[in-house]
Amino acid sequence: MHDQDMLTIALSKGRILEETLPLLAAAGIEPAEDPEASRRLVLPTNDPAVRLVVVRATDVPTYVEYGGADLGVAGKDVLLEYGGQGLYEPLDLGIARCRLMVAGRPGNEALRRPRVATKFVNITRRYFADRGRQAELIKLYGSMELAPLVGLADLIVDLVDTGNTLRANGLEPLEPIADISSRLVVNKASMKMKYRRIRPLIEDLRRAVTTAA
Amino acid sequence: MTESIPTRGERWMLPDAVDELLPPRAMALERLRQRVLGCYERWGYELVMPPAIEYLDSLLTGAAHDLDLQTFKLTDQLSGRMMGVRADITPQAARIDAHQLRRECPVRLCYSGTVLQTRPDGLTGSRNPLQVGAELYGHAGVESDIEVIALMVETLRTAGVASVHVDLGHVGIFRGLARQAGLDEAAETALWDALQRKAVADVDALLREYSVPAPVAGMLAALPELTGGVEVLDHANERLAEASETVHDALRRLWSIAGALERWLPSVALHFDLGELRGYRYHTGVVFAALVPGFSQEVARGGRYDEIGAVFGRPRPATGFSADLRNVLALADEAGATGVVPAAIGAPWTDSTALFERIDALRAAGERVVWLLPGHEHEAAEMGCDRVLVHKGDGWVVESLD
Repeated sequence: MHDQDMLTIALSKGRILEETLPLLAAAGIEPAEDPEASRRLVLPTNDPAVRLVVVRATDVPTYVEYGGADLGVAGKDVLLEYGGQGLYEPLDLGIARCRLMVAGRPGNEALRRPRVATKFVNITRRYFADRGRQAELIKLYGSMELAPLVGLADLIVDLVDTGNTLRANGLEPLEPIADISSRLVVNKASMKMKYRRIRPLIEDLRRAVTTAA
Repeated sequence: MTESIPTRGERWMLPDAVDELLPPRAMALERLRQRVLGCYERWGYELVMPPAIEYLDSLLTGAAHDLDLQTFKLTDQLSGRMMGVRADITPQAARIDAHQLRRECPVRLCYSGTVLQTRPDGLTGSRNPLQVGAELYGHAGVESDIEVIALMVETLRTAGVASVHVDLGHVGIFRGLARQAGLDEAAETALWDALQRKAVADVDALLREYSVPAPVAGMLAALPELTGGVEVLDHANERLAEASETVHDALRRLWSIAGALERWLPSVALHFDLGELRGYRYHTGVVFAALVPGFSQEVARGGRYDEIGAVFGRPRPATGFSADLRNVLALADEAGATGVVPAAIGAPWTDSTALFERIDALRAAGERVVWLLPGHEHEAAEMGCDRVLVHKGDGWVVESLD
């Protein structure tokens, strides 16, 4: 099969993959083997002209924008942090829902120039700047909740699902930044050149999303 | 995270996304450039060579905010004014048309030159693209749009690209609907951003937030979906039926362009995207881009920008396109149209007049002849030769190297 006839869909392991597969199945696309169990990075599907690639969640926008994949599924958090207008986001899949929040010990949100630990540095800078406040950003890659406990930061910006981890560590959700769910993203050139295949797929997924809701 | 300072051993390194061309690529690019400019000349486009650096005011015309961020700036030590290294040649061509040439008739200009950009455009994007392009001033009708789109396609054909997709949009559609909805600048910008991403969910949320009334809201919400083949224009006529005359005028223009391109260039795949707002602040009418399968970014783009001459004292209708010639060269490579640099003939060094005249004749016939300098006679192959000149009898003959 010529590469130009192939549709490549980028997914990330974990919750997004788990909740995307039923939607793809409803659109008639099923992986030939279990992506969670497989060690292969490129997975064929029941449709010879569709394949899946499994990448890190934060890499999905990069793969799709630069044509490594035609389509992908990425959290709105990842897309906001990635920024720019290099991708189409034609469909909110309504999956992997959570909230992006400012959290910390109550009272710390009023600090004049708080130190904020986060992996979402772009979102955080924009959020505080939009409110006329300046924050000192500390980029961390995980276990954000620890930073206020050991005095590394006054606040954190992180995804909050149930809030249990926060409360277990004596922190509280303070300000909501955005409601997060996963979106279908599409490479701009693919959308324009392969629209005869991509548009029906989007419509199938849209129906699957509506049914699921 | 501190940037590491290069050690002495890394002096050969070029800045990120700044590239150079080596043999034989440099010559391949130069040949392609000549072919492309030759094509523009045959279409009646006159070559201009604006300077690489100008006062910032003249480079940043209109509300070209994107261009501002893309421009390297420095202070002119003679005048104290800010200068910019051009990030785009189009405003320079517009300045030349509006102020230097001052002709009343349509003016066709073309150019090629290196531009510098502060940020790379895309993943493999370069910060020093070799921009090549053509602009047509002084005509406001669709006929000039059709001409420059056809020339954009011809540029790619010159590079041997057979399969070209042309994407067409018109910024007047969104602009007309935004005015009809009575959106303020902030709302228009937010909606523009969401439309650029075809983020249907965000568009819907914004339309609710700004309480846009039903018929206009429905039409704005339809824009991300109005993409596809020429049938999109039919759908648009239905879904945008209640739009203002500006919008209908834009749709009529797209119809005329589609009709002409389908007749002139039947092998070109046309795609319509009524939510495409590339260069929204700068463009005033139709916008277009050329795409090629296997290439994940536009290889050429352009559109109508009628207001730009006003800042130079003479508003003129304008339309044109440009491309990074390095991308076009990459396409030419894939199409096998780059051409091979012919092997050379090696000549031993002697001061014999007979040999010199023989070499002269070979060069006049188009052969590449290089002197094998004393001490390097055995390196002919390394120097790109597949033949050598050998003294036989009383003359010099060309013999195969092996």
